[in-house]
Amino acid sequence: MDVGLLGQFVVNGMMLGMMYALVAVGFTLFFGVLDVIKFSHGDVLMVGTFAGFSTYLGMTAIGIDNAFIQLIGVLVISLGSMAILGAVIARYLVLPLKSAPPLNTLLVTLMLGTVLREAIRLFYPDGSNPKHFPALLPTDSWSLGSFTLRSDSVILLIGGLLVIVGVNMLINRTRLGLAIRAVAQDEETAKCMGINFKMIVLLTFALGSAVAAFAGVMNGLYYNEINFGMGLLLGVIGFSAAIVGGLGNIYGAILGGFLFAGLQTLGAVALPFASAYKDVFAFAVVIAIIAWRPTGLIAEKTSERV
Amino acid sequence: MNILRKSTVSAIALTMALTVGAGIADAKDKVKVAFIGPLTGGVSAIGVGGRNSAELAVQLRNADPDAKYEYELVAMDSECKPNVGVQVATKVAADRSIVGLVGHYCSAVAMGAVDIYHKFNLPMSVWGAVLPDVTYGNDYKEIHRVNGTMINQNDVAAKFMAEQGYKTWVIIHDTTDYGKGHNKYFSEYLAQNGGEVLADFGVPADQQDFTAELTKAKQLNPDVIYFGGLVPLGVRVRSQMEKLGITAQFQGVSGIKSDAFIEGVGTELSEGVVSFLEGAPVDKLPGGQYFTEKYKAAGFAENEEAYGPFAFAAMSLILDGIEEVGPNRKKLTKYLGDIQDHDSIVGKISFDDHGQNTVAAITKYVVQDGKWVVWEDSEYATGARKLAGK
Repeated sequence: MDVGLLGQFVVNGMMLGMMYALVAVGFTLFFGVLDVIKFSHGDVLMVGTFAGFSTYLGMTAIGIDNAFIQLIGVLVISLGSMAILGAVIARYLVLPLKSAPPLNTLLVTLMLGTVLREAIRLFYPDGSNPKHFPALLPTDSWSLGSFTLRSDSVILLIGGLLVIVGVNMLINRTRLGLAIRAVAQDEETAKCMGINFKMIVLLTFALGSAVAAFAGVMNGLYYNEINFGMGLLLGVIGFSAAIVGGLGNIYGAILGGFLFAGLQTLGAVALPFASAYKDVFAFAVVIAIIAWRPTGLIAEKTSERV
Repeated sequence: MNILRKSTVSAIALTMALTVGAGIADAKDKVKVAFIGPLTGGVSAIGVGGRNSAELAVQLRNADPDAKYEYELVAMDSECKPNVGVQVATKVAADRSIVGLVGHYCSAVAMGAVDIYHKFNLPMSVWGAVLPDVTYGNDYKEIHRVNGTMINQNDVAAKFMAEQGYKTWVIIHDTTDYGKGHNKYFSEYLAQNGGEVLADFGVPADQQDFTAELTKAKQLNPDVIYFGGLVPLGVRVRSQMEKLGITAQFQGVSGIKSDAFIEGVGTELSEGVVSFLEGAPVDKLPGGQYFTEKYKAAGFAENEEAYGPFAFAAMSLILDGIEEVGPNRKKLTKYLGDIQDHDSIVGKISFDDHGQNTVAAITKYVVQDGKWVVWEDSEYATGARKLAGK
C-alpha cells in the first residue's frame, strides 16, 4: 500500500473519528452530571442537522446567497435550537425521573429518539427521502498521487478540534466548568456550596446537545447528504465510544471516538473478509475491550468500584 | 276529492319508493383490491407513485359505466422493510374481502411475502420488484409479475457499457437479496462481454460512510463504479466519490432511477449517471400518452415515477380478471395463469409458467441537466456530451 493511500485512509478515519468523538462527548457530559444515559442524543443530532438545513433553505429563499453568511446562520440556528431542545429534554424528561431507576431515563429517552426521528420523517416536507445538504465550504482539493485532500475536510477537522478543545477548556478552566465538575463529583456537596444544581444540569444538556448539532452539521457538510435515520447509528457508535473510553471522562470519549473510527477503517481495509462485516468487527473489538476494562480505557477519576 | 288527492299522494310516494328501491338494487357490489408498496421511508417516492397509479386504475374502472363491480383500493405501506412487509402482507391476505393484490417494489420484501399469498390463495401481481426469485424461486400459481427481472436488466447493462469501451469495474452493492442479485447477474453478463470486475464490496443497506470502500476502489482505478442498490445508498456513494476525487463513471441500476436520486446528489453530480430500467419510458409505451393524460387529470400531488405504469397495468389486469370471472380468489388465479397477449398500457402481457411477464424491453437512461433522459434521445448518444473517462 503506497503512502498516499495510507494518508487517505488516515484522513477518512480522522473525519469519522471527529464526528464520533463529538457525539461521545455529549454522552459523557450527561453521564457525568446526572449519571444518566440519554439515548435520544443521536436523534437530537439529526434534528439539529435538519434545523440547519431548513435555515439554509430559508436564507436562500430570502436571497442571502453568500456561503459564509449562510454557514454562520446554519450554525447559529442549529446549535442554538438544539441547545434549547437539550435543556427542554433535561427539564421535562430527565430531571423529573432523577430519583427513578436509571433504566427509566434510558427508556424514556430511547422513545423520545424514535418520536423525533419519526416526526422528521413524517412531518418534514418529503422527509423520508435523502436531502442534498449544500457545500458551504470551499471545495478546492489538492491531489498527490492517490491522496486527495479537500479544503472543506480540513476546515471541518479543524472546526471539530476547536469545538473539542473549547468544551475541554470550558469544563476545566471556567467557573461554569468548575460547577459542572462539582455537580458531577457530588451533588449534595455542590448544592451546599451554593451551586444552582438544576441550572447546571440544564446548561450541561444544552452544551452537549449543541455539540451534537455541530457534529450533525459537520456530517451534512462532509457527506452533502442528510436523512432522517442518520442519527441512529451515530448515536449507538457515539455511546459505545463513550463507554469504551470511560463514561464520564471527556478524554475517554475522544479516545473512544477515534478508536472506533480506526477500527471501522481497519475492518474495511485491512481485513481479508468483505467490508460488509466492518461494523461487526469494530463492535466485536469494542466488546472485547469492555470485557478487559469494564470501566473504560480512561476511567472516571472517582469511579465507584465495588 | 279528498280521497282522490290522498291516493294521488300515496301513488307518488309509492313511485318514489320504487325508484329509490330500484336504485339500491341497481348499485354495484363492492369489491376490494389491495396495493402494497413503500409509502414511507427512503424509497417512498417510487412507492407513492405506484400507489397513485394503482389508485388511478381503480378510479377509471369505477367511472366506467360498463364495470360490473364498484372497486375499493386498500393501500398498505411496507416501508421497504421485510418485517413490516410481511405483517401487511398477512393482513391483506387474511382479509377475505380482498380479492386481488398489486404489490411490492422492494425485492427483499416481496421474497418474504410470496409464501403468505400462496398460503392464503391470494392472486397478486408484482409491480416493481425485479429479483428473479420472486417469480422463479417457487412454483406458486398466485404470483405474477408485469415488469421484467434484473436478469434482462443486467444483460443489457453489461452489453451497453462494454460497447461504450469501458474495461474495468468496481462493484458496490447492498447485502439484501436485491443488491446481491444485481451483483451476481451483472458480474455474469460482464464476464461474457469481456469486462473485468476488480473488486466487489457488499455493504449494509443503512451504511452512511463509504470512504473506506471508495478509497480502496480508487486505488484499483476502475473505469466504472457499478452500484447495485436503492436511492438512499446510491446518493451517498455518488456524493462521496466526489469527496475522494474519483472520476470513474457511475453506473446505477433500476433502483436509483428516480427523481429523488437527482435531488439527493444535486444536478451537478448526477450529470452523466446511467441507469437501466425494464419497459419503455412512459411516453413511448403503447398506452403511455393515455396514462400520462389520465394521471395528470386525476391531480395527484406526486409523480408516477419509474414503476407507476407497471402498477397501473398490474391493477388494470387484476380488475379485468375480476370483471371476467367475478370476485373469487381461486378463479382469478386461474384467469391470471392463462393470460397471453393481454393488452395493457405497457404493451402485451404474456405470463410464462411462473407468472413472469415475458416482455423484456430494457431502456437505458442517462442524467442530463438534472433529468433522466432516454439514452437514444440524449446528447450523450449524439456525442455532444461524453460519459466520464470517454
